[in-house]
Amino acid sequence: MCGATTGGLSVAGIDTTKEAVIQGRVLRAGSPVAGAYVRLLDHSGEFTAEVPTSATGHFRFFAGDGNWTLRTLAPGATSDRVVRAARGSVADVEVELDAA
Amino acid sequence: MSRNDVLVDADWVAEHGTDDGIVLVEVDEDTTAYDGGHIAGAIKLDWKKDLQDPVRRDFVDRQQFEKLLSGRGIGNDDTVVLYGGNNNWFAAYAYWYFKLYGHRDVRLLDGGRKKWELEARPLTTDAVTRPTTSYTAQEQDLSIRAFRDEVIASIGKKSLVDVRSPDEYAGRLLAPAHLPQEQSQRGGHVPTSVNVPWSKAANDDGTFKSDDELKKIYSDAGVNWDGEIIALCRIGERSSHTWFVLQELLGQQGVKNYDGSWTEYGSLVGVPVAVGDEPGQA
Repeated sequence: MCGATTGGLSVAGIDTTKEAVIQGRVLRAGSPVAGAYVRLLDHSGEFTAEVPTSATGHFRFFAGDGNWTLRTLAPGATSDRVVRAARGSVADVEVELDAA
Repeated sequence: MSRNDVLVDADWVAEHGTDDGIVLVEVDEDTTAYDGGHIAGAIKLDWKKDLQDPVRRDFVDRQQFEKLLSGRGIGNDDTVVLYGGNNNWFAAYAYWYFKLYGHRDVRLLDGGRKKWELEARPLTTDAVTRPTTSYTAQEQDLSIRAFRDEVIASIGKKSLVDVRSPDEYAGRLLAPAHLPQEQSQRGGHVPTSVNVPWSKAANDDGTFKSDDELKKIYSDAGVNWDGEIIALCRIGERSSHTWFVLQELLGQQGVKNYDGSWTEYGSLVGVPVAVGDEPGQA
């Protein structure tokens, strides 16, 4: 994963006109959480993909148009968050976990 | 085969992972994951560099596999315990691959790296070296590997189980959503294949569901238990996970993994393709 940049993860090297990017960061008490698992569920709740967060707490998906759910798993915490994605745009999301 | 012969849990690995005759092997899609920390004693196999031919699209041949395992210190009589990230996708792929070349005793760590991490179990960056062995592989067991012509001939006849996500099956996505979507092949699925995403077989923590739950999932999808079954996905790794469920956990015989999967099938000229959520007609 790329390093953190102001206003979200760098999209250098990605053709954002063709991809529906969902990306962001997992935080706990304002600090990035590395090694959390973020899963992308489709409109029916079916699993579509999963990634571990980077050292800076970042994750990224290449989805399609529509509503998606981000389910974040970390030791002692699970969080669901609905996100809207569209081709040609980047949805930046911050997932705040409950304090452990 | 039963669950106890092919699956171990984290407590077992914590207790026996470094015993003589046990070799822990990490296999990840993200091939750098091991270097950032691995289970004590585990060696790494790189699914691409170690297990794929560097030029042609195929596996390493029998002699190359023998050389690989000999060099990494895996013996014919060792119990190989595989684990990895992504809910064991690539570990299951390596499991199938070890079986393809006839390794006797292979097991998966249930839940893989994720469950291990979610339980905050220890990882280490200590280098692991094992004394070399003289490994002897068997000829490929083609009773567990399907090729494209067999898949085409199976349309409307055998149970074809496409384990990709519903959006990939329907043709709305071309790859799992952690990868960029621009791909050369067409979107869709093999006509008459049913969609049972691999993830239905796993709990959120990556462990496998119970045998009863698993049997019901595939029965409900219309899988014919009296016939042969071919599992496929995009590149053959998620379908290895389902192959493992059907043949190794549920004990079903005659299950094949189509490792060419959609990146091959979806690029073939002239073959039938179905799009949308329904299996389609033969």
